[in-house]
Amino acid sequence: MLKMLDPRRFYHAVGRRKFLEFILLAAFILFFYGPLLNMLMLAFANEYQAPAVLPQEWGFKWWRYVFSQQSLVSSIVQSFIVATVTTVVSMILCIPAAYSIARFKYRGRKLFMLSFLLTNAFPKLGIYTSIAVLFYKYNLMGTYTGVVIIHMINSMMFMVWLPASAFRAVHRQQEEAARDVGAGPVRTFFKVTLPMAVPGIAVATLYTFLGSMEEAQGTMLVGLAKVQTMPVAMYGIVLDSSAVQIGAVFAILLIIPSALLIFAMRKFIGPEAIAGGFKMK
Amino acid sequence: MSERKIKLQIKDMTKKYDNGDGVEHIDLDIYEGEIVTFLGPSGCGKTTILRTIGGFLDVTSGDILIDGQSVVALPPEKRPTAMVFQSYNLWPHMTIYENLAFGLKLRKVPKETIRKDIQAILQLVSMPGCEKKYPNQLSGGQQQRIAIARSLLLKPSLLLLDEPFSALDAKIRQQMREELKKIQQDLGITVIFVTHDQEEAMSLSHRIVVMNKGKFEQIGTPTEIYDHPATRHVAGFIGEMNFIEQPDGTTIAVRPEDVTLTEGATGRHTGVVRTIMVLGHYVVVTVQHGDTVVKCFVDRELSERLKTGDPVSLSIGKHSVF
Repeated sequence: MLKMLDPRRFYHAVGRRKFLEFILLAAFILFFYGPLLNMLMLAFANEYQAPAVLPQEWGFKWWRYVFSQQSLVSSIVQSFIVATVTTVVSMILCIPAAYSIARFKYRGRKLFMLSFLLTNAFPKLGIYTSIAVLFYKYNLMGTYTGVVIIHMINSMMFMVWLPASAFRAVHRQQEEAARDVGAGPVRTFFKVTLPMAVPGIAVATLYTFLGSMEEAQGTMLVGLAKVQTMPVAMYGIVLDSSAVQIGAVFAILLIIPSALLIFAMRKFIGPEAIAGGFKMK
Repeated sequence: MSERKIKLQIKDMTKKYDNGDGVEHIDLDIYEGEIVTFLGPSGCGKTTILRTIGGFLDVTSGDILIDGQSVVALPPEKRPTAMVFQSYNLWPHMTIYENLAFGLKLRKVPKETIRKDIQAILQLVSMPGCEKKYPNQLSGGQQQRIAIARSLLLKPSLLLLDEPFSALDAKIRQQMREELKKIQQDLGITVIFVTHDQEEAMSLSHRIVVMNKGKFEQIGTPTEIYDHPATRHVAGFIGEMNFIEQPDGTTIAVRPEDVTLTEGATGRHTGVVRTIMVLGHYVVVTVQHGDTVVKCFVDRELSERLKTGDPVSLSIGKHSVF
């Protein structure tokens, strides 16, 4: 068995092409999962000094520390509140917009679609700074509302484009057939169009939620340290850097909701669902 | 026949699109229990008329009456019509049962009745036991059957079919036509059928409305239209037709079966044999007659004496002149 581990043997057994692919994959995995593994290890290291490969002492010390710190726990709660509110509000605002783009032909429709790209085309910090000027005027600085608006600006493009393409994929005949058997326009939308567009909307919702969970720049600027979400709190910890383990614990806490959501929606997430959102029609 | 009840009346109906296409001044009566087909090439306005009846298009002017009641102001869900589209009729996120029950539930039909009705209708379209399946588990032909079943369940005053079989392959299409005709006879419902397939129109309809460029060219029974085409377009669109130019500028339109071929160039119309094709019990012979090629059907016995290049004469039987 061990003989097979000889690289020369392996090279000749699988052929040149396969061998190179294997090397590439191995490098890729190391590059991708190496830091993740390191982080995972750090989160459960009570004691760790840099040159060592493995921690000097394993344990849950830093988990206890994070959960005992009032400010850190509250940042977790705040993150979830902000992300949930952002997602719900952008659904309410963007899904009707997406439907209108998909179904009605009106002047400036393409411009309307492109306008969502603009917020993602300019340097974010510039936008945030100019928004901050407005926010001061309307007393939105340091408020949840302000932070939610910032998060929505980031997610709007996904939240409009992806559902729009999902709505476009619903054939008109399927809506007409519902009208034909006696459903009014509203019932047709909720019983036929919306359920059929759910995969696209689910992907967009996922992006919005995860995007909001990890947004730090804008939150920091607009939240004025009054709204402390997890990523914002993490900045503080990293800069403080008394213990890298706290950062690792936080990173894992941030990964959990993402991983769960992606797992739950795995059948909706595919290259075609995402690529479909970027068709201009 | 004149006492038959009028089911649908279209009165001076005009539907113009923004680009100027559409149909103008349409007048038509359709009687109870009839299958009427709108036949014409694509873009001739046949679907436009069907959609105005179903309520999916507003009329520009004129009126549409079903059972004597004007329906032009009603949205599709309020009209006593049921429509089957060319494709994408079913909702993929619902089972067949849910697809069929959707309209009945909206009408507050009791659950037990829904169940029984669905069972009966699935029997009628010869697809019993597929309630739990999803549309993507059915073939195209089966999906169209379910779509027709869903329409029939609502006991529509008028069944509208918009090229429902055109996406299916030839053999299934043939079978579906026969089944539709049988269902229509059993239930006695009034059907409007839109197609560009003349064979389908001929085999299915009591009356055919031949359309071209937004206008009615001819309305009549399949035999009337086949035997006495009103215009040159109708003559060319339905069945096979030979057009023979006359020296006086008129054109004779004659069906291949009405051309009699005899050996030797003796008659008024002469020519030479161009091709001979044996199609089983009869033979198709094309004859070069001046600049035109005339097709005629010949029996096997005569065809065996013919070869390409032989001089022949043609005598023209039943024909139309345009």
